[in-house]
Amino acid sequence: MTSGGSQPSGEVTSRRVAIGEAVIGAGVLALAAVMLWQTLAIPVSPIYAQVGPTVVPIITALALGMLGVLLLIAAWQGGWQPEEEKASTPDRVALAWVAAGLVLNVLLISWAGFTIASVILFVCVARGFGSKAIVRDTLVATAFALVAYFGFAQTLGINIGSGLIENAIERVIGIEGEGG
Amino acid sequence: MDAFSQLLNGFAVALTPMNLLWCLVGTTLGTAIGVLPGLGPALTIALLLPITFKVEPTSAFILFAGIYYGAMYGGSTTSILLNTPGESATIVTALEGNKMARNGRAGAALATSAIGSFVAGTVGTLGITFLAPVVVDWALRFGPADYFSLMVLAFVTVSAVLGSSAVRGLAMLFFGIWLGLIGVDLQTGQARFTFGLPELLDGINVIVVAVGLFAVGETLYVASRYRFGKDEIIPLSGSLWMTAAEWKRSWKPWLRGTAIGFPIGAMPAGGAEIPTFLSYYIEKKLSTKPEEFGKGAIEGVAGPEAANNASAAGVLVPMLTLGLPTSATAAIMLSAFQSYGINPGPLLLQSQAQLVWGLIASLFIGNVMLLVLNLPMIAIWVKLLQIPAPLLYAGILVFATIGTYGITQSPVDLVLLYLIGGIGYLMRRYDFPAAPVIIGMILGPLAEQNFRQAMTISAGDWTVFFTRPLSATLLALAALALFGPKLYALAMRPKPDHVPGDA
Repeated sequence: MTSGGSQPSGEVTSRRVAIGEAVIGAGVLALAAVMLWQTLAIPVSPIYAQVGPTVVPIITALALGMLGVLLLIAAWQGGWQPEEEKASTPDRVALAWVAAGLVLNVLLISWAGFTIASVILFVCVARGFGSKAIVRDTLVATAFALVAYFGFAQTLGINIGSGLIENAIERVIGIEGEGG
Repeated sequence: MDAFSQLLNGFAVALTPMNLLWCLVGTTLGTAIGVLPGLGPALTIALLLPITFKVEPTSAFILFAGIYYGAMYGGSTTSILLNTPGESATIVTALEGNKMARNGRAGAALATSAIGSFVAGTVGTLGITFLAPVVVDWALRFGPADYFSLMVLAFVTVSAVLGSSAVRGLAMLFFGIWLGLIGVDLQTGQARFTFGLPELLDGINVIVVAVGLFAVGETLYVASRYRFGKDEIIPLSGSLWMTAAEWKRSWKPWLRGTAIGFPIGAMPAGGAEIPTFLSYYIEKKLSTKPEEFGKGAIEGVAGPEAANNASAAGVLVPMLTLGLPTSATAAIMLSAFQSYGINPGPLLLQSQAQLVWGLIASLFIGNVMLLVLNLPMIAIWVKLLQIPAPLLYAGILVFATIGTYGITQSPVDLVLLYLIGGIGYLMRRYDFPAAPVIIGMILGPLAEQNFRQAMTISAGDWTVFFTRPLSATLLALAALALFGPKLYALAMRPKPDHVPGDA
């Protein structure tokens, strides 16, 4: 685990390879490689011999690659996070609830409509933040989603997917899907 | 004076009932999102960008500027009462302000920060009024090569100098530039980095990136460590009327903070953190009672708060005169200009005089509104802090979804939003700054455009960037900003030991 090992004894911080930081550095390096590969796939017309469409992408990819290497070196030497940050593990359960809400939202929004997808997202995120009051959250979410849909979206003139609930309400109040 | 008569015309624009209403909406919304943890001006303006399709530009920018200034005021309330700085620029305010609140002097802390913000905001806006025409005169001489070098300088200062690490800041800058490159290259019609997805041909919308980083990433991060600590709201205490002694201790820090904040904000480096820390340090040095610092010294609230607001005003100078955004919020405002087909730059003051001077006049008006909103009506904003975190963050994510899904109704945008949110979470966890991503994304394509123009003019001669005196100076400054600190440290080399938590 330890690398180098020949540090002076006065060194307080342990010089272990920081796994998390190493993964990030590798990720940056991988992104740079993908960028370079994609850039080389761009056909360059000889008309634009001066500065073609690939010059800036190549510079960007090379710079990012270099920075990825520097990040990997830093991770190898123990990383850059302070010790207390390394010691704390993220709350995986909370993250899973929020992530589940996001995934369900993407899956539902195009056919179930904005309101239903939003209520599910809202309740999942609230659960991730430790809320146990599912009934309250659902009520707040429904009110919030409807106000957001009819207020925010209509005034900004943006059309967020209407679905079962939105159409039903619009039929009741009789505004037949205007706003476009 | 020319600037003065222009400003009077601006007031005629800003004082129309409709524009006053936009200003009031902006300042109110800005204060609210400043107060609420987890929401910031960059995110809010990004979510409101679709408004540019419906509202005329002057009104839209009055709204955005109100949000921008309002968030600075509101952020200090949160720092003082909650000790959780909503904005990085209000970290210093929390140092002394929260101590004052704990000692039962929340009223005085809120008052000195609101009045200090007002003084700095007003002086800073005066600064814009008189500095902007000067910068424009100078900037009219800029060629594409000079512009490119100026952008390189801004890239370096924004990502390498202001953050905690040059490598991480620059990595995020290039990540942002790459995001900006995705889509069809306007000069050659060549698709770049679209991975065969037709949705990516138009490029990635800045709304998706800003909302992903600032709303989704932030929410994931807060969720991942929410159970580890609960914030304690300190109730309003003490009179909102400052005593004579408190006035006496506040007015000089206000002016000094303004004098520090505005020039630093107006430089192509931008950023509000350095001026606030600098102001805090200076007030501590100059104070007759340095022992009070760390226990609730009013100077430590007054100075940094003024510096913060003055630098926010300063950032608008390069934004309006050079089209050079130096903060995430300014970058998103620049994309609003682009969405109107307006090119911010030296010609903006002439071609869009109504817009620019109306905007500047509305900043004066907005400052007065904000003083009223943030002192007599402070109790309302304190109520906002009591929204339970589960409902707050759930609401933020629902709004983030509306803002993104509403652009194209394409699930691809939502998937992108959440992917970028995941990246934003990792960035927060591993201490990568988000602002360089946004700035790189907006400014990167403009830098490429100027680079190409310069190279076309010089017939492919790379040395053009070094033979033009202005361009060469700017590049030299950029190199100095990038390598200077390293070389200095190498030259001094007292001990390679890094003291944790102290930079």
